[in-house]
Amino acid sequence: MNKLFRGIQLWRLIKALFLEIVREPGVLFWGILFPILMSLGLGLAFTKKADIVRKVAVIPYTGSANPGISGIYTFLEDKCKKSPSEAGEDYKWKYVIEDDKLGNSVFLFYEMDWDQAMVLVKRGTLSLILRGEEGMTEYHFDPMNSDAELTYLKLSSVIGAGDIIPVSSNSEIRPLTVTGTRYIDFLVPGLITMGVMMSSMWGISYGIIEKRSKKLLRRLVATPMRKSHFLIALITVRVAMNFIEALVLLLFALITFRMTIQGDISALILMFLAGNIAFAGIAVFVSSHTSNTEVGNGLINFVVFPMMVLSGIFFSYHNFPEWSIPVIKILPLTMLTDGIRSIFNEGAGYNEVVLPILVLTVVGISFFTAGLKIFKWH
Amino acid sequence: MSLNNVIEVNEVWKSFKTVQAVKGISLNIPKGQFVALLGPNGAGKTTLVEMIEGIQKPDKGEITIMGKKWKGNEDTLHNIIGISLQETRFIDKLRVTETLLLFAGFFKLGARRVNEIIDIVGLGEKRRSYVVNLSGGQRQRLALGIALINTPQIMLLDEPTTGLDPNARREIWDILQRLREVTETSMILTTHYMEEAEKLCNYIVIMDNGVILREGTLDQLLIQDSASKVVEFTIENGTFTDPFDTKGLPFSIRPGETGDKWMVVLRDFDTGFPEFLAFLKSRNISLSHMECRRKTLDDLFVSLTGRKINE
Repeated sequence: MNKLFRGIQLWRLIKALFLEIVREPGVLFWGILFPILMSLGLGLAFTKKADIVRKVAVIPYTGSANPGISGIYTFLEDKCKKSPSEAGEDYKWKYVIEDDKLGNSVFLFYEMDWDQAMVLVKRGTLSLILRGEEGMTEYHFDPMNSDAELTYLKLSSVIGAGDIIPVSSNSEIRPLTVTGTRYIDFLVPGLITMGVMMSSMWGISYGIIEKRSKKLLRRLVATPMRKSHFLIALITVRVAMNFIEALVLLLFALITFRMTIQGDISALILMFLAGNIAFAGIAVFVSSHTSNTEVGNGLINFVVFPMMVLSGIFFSYHNFPEWSIPVIKILPLTMLTDGIRSIFNEGAGYNEVVLPILVLTVVGISFFTAGLKIFKWH
Repeated sequence: MSLNNVIEVNEVWKSFKTVQAVKGISLNIPKGQFVALLGPNGAGKTTLVEMIEGIQKPDKGEITIMGKKWKGNEDTLHNIIGISLQETRFIDKLRVTETLLLFAGFFKLGARRVNEIIDIVGLGEKRRSYVVNLSGGQRQRLALGIALINTPQIMLLDEPTTGLDPNARREIWDILQRLREVTETSMILTTHYMEEAEKLCNYIVIMDNGVILREGTLDQLLIQDSASKVVEFTIENGTFTDPFDTKGLPFSIRPGETGDKWMVVLRDFDTGFPEFLAFLKSRNISLSHMECRRKTLDDLFVSLTGRKINE
C-alpha cells in the first residue's frame, strides 16, 4: 500500500513539473522550433553555394603611355560588362566566372584613387587593388588574407590568360554529396547534443535554483515528500522533454535533408540516454548550493560556454591547437557529440560507443551523488 | 515535561553570521492554544518558528513537539505539522487544484481532501486559475490551505497576513477563527499587527531583540497594571520641553499620535490624575481636549521597549 502511495506521490510530482514546462509557450519555440530553424539556416548556408561577390579597386592609369597598353584596361574594356551608368550602380565593370558547383564568382571593379582604396581595404570592404604600370598588372593585397589570395588567383588567371575555360561543365571538380559527408550531417548530431546539454543545464539547474529562491524547496521538504522523488521527477521530466526535442529535430533533418542514421539505432538511444544522465548529474551538482539566480546564471554559463565553443558543435575541434585536443576530447559534450556523430555518419555500433556511454553514465552518477551530499534544501 | 504541552521550547539560542537572533527563549504551548508571537521585524520571530518547524537547528537548547525531537522523527513530525512560510511562491503555471493535489499527494491524500480545503479557504471560484494569476490574498489563502491539508495537530504560520490589504487580512482571520471553533489544532502565528494577535490568539508572546519581553493572555498582559490608564490630550497654550520636565513626578509625558497631541501614562489613575491636573495648573497650561482610555497592547509595547512596534 505504501509503495502505491509513493508511486502516486512521484507521479503527481512528475505531472506538476511537466505541466510547469509545457504551459510556458516559450518552451515550444526555444526548445523545438529554434533548433530546427538553426539547422535549416546553417544547413542551407553551408550546403548550397551562392554567388560570391568580390569587390576590386582599380587605380586609374596616370602614366604617359596609352592606357590601352595596360593589361587591366584591355581586360576591363574588352571582356567585362560595363555598368549601365543610368542604373545607379556604383561599380564600373563587372565580370562573372560561371561555376554551377562552386558557385559563381562575381567581380565588381571600382575605379578610385589609391587613398580611397586604402580606406576601403582597412574597412574590409575590398581586399584587392589593381594597378596597371607600363603594361604590367600589379595586384596589391595582404598575403596573410586567404580570401584576398583567392581573389587574386582567380582574377589573375582570367586577366593573364584572356578567356578562362568555362567551368560550368567543369569535369575536374566532384562535389561530395554522399550522405554523411555533408556539413548538415556534421551539424545535426551536434545540434542534438547541444540541445541535451543546454536544456538539461538550464532546465534542471535553473529550475532548482529558482525553486530554492522562491522558498518552494523549503516548503516542499517541510512535508513528508521524499527528497529523492523531487529530483527524480525533475530529471525525468527534463529527459522526456530532451527526447521530444531531439526526435522532432531528427525527423525534420531526416525528411528535409535526407539524412540517414547509418549505425545502430539502439546504441544511439543508449548514447543519448547516457548524455542525459551526464548532464542531469552535472546540473544537480551545479545547482546544489546557491539560491541566487544570478550566481546560478554564471555557474551554468561557466559549464556550458566552454563546451559549446570547444566541443565541435558547429565546426571541427581539430582546428584547435594540437595540445588542447586530448583535453577537448574528454569533455562530456565532446564525448557525447563524437559518439552520436559516429553512429549517424560512420555507421558505428556498440563496439565503438560502449566506452563513452559508460564514462558519461559514471560522470553523471558521480556528480549527482556529490551534488546530493551538499544539496541545500533550505 | 507536561503531557498537555504540544510544543516545548527550552533555553533555545540561535545566531547567524553577525546577529544573535534568538537568545535563550523558553516557551510551552498547551494543546488547542492559539499563540501569537508578536514583535517588530528582526525580533527573532521567524527564526524561532523555523526552529520549531525543523528548518533551522538551534545552536543551544532543546525543542520537542508532542514529546519528540526533530532528529530521527522528521517523517512523523512532518505528518502532524502544517506550515505556512513567509512569502512562499508556488509553481506559477499550476492551477489551484493541481497545486493542492500535489501537496495532498505527499500526505497520501486525494481529490476529496482538496475539495474540502478549497471550501475552507474559499477559493472555489479560483480553483482552475493558475497560481500566478491569484491576488496576494488568494495566494496567502492557498498557502493556508496547503498548511491545513493534512489536518495538522500543530499549525505554524509565519506572518500570514503581512502585506495584505485590510479586506484580505480579514478573510484570513475569518478562516482561522472558524478553524479555532471546529478543531483542536494548536497554532503559532507570528505577526507585527497587534489587532491580529488580539483577535485570533488566546495567548500572546511579545518578543524583541531575540528575547521574550512579556507573555500571557490578553487580559493577563493588560491586567498586570489594570489600574493604569492612558490619558491623551491637547493643550491650548504653552508646550513641554524635552525631556518633558516631569522630574520628581510619578508620571511622564510623551508626544502622542499626531503632532499636537500628548499622552501620559498614569499608573494609578485615582491618585495620579489629580497630581497631573495640579502639575498643569502649576505651569499655567490649560487643556483643550482630553481622552482617557484603558491601556492597549500598543501602549504595553511602547512602555516595554520605548518605541512603537511598526517603527
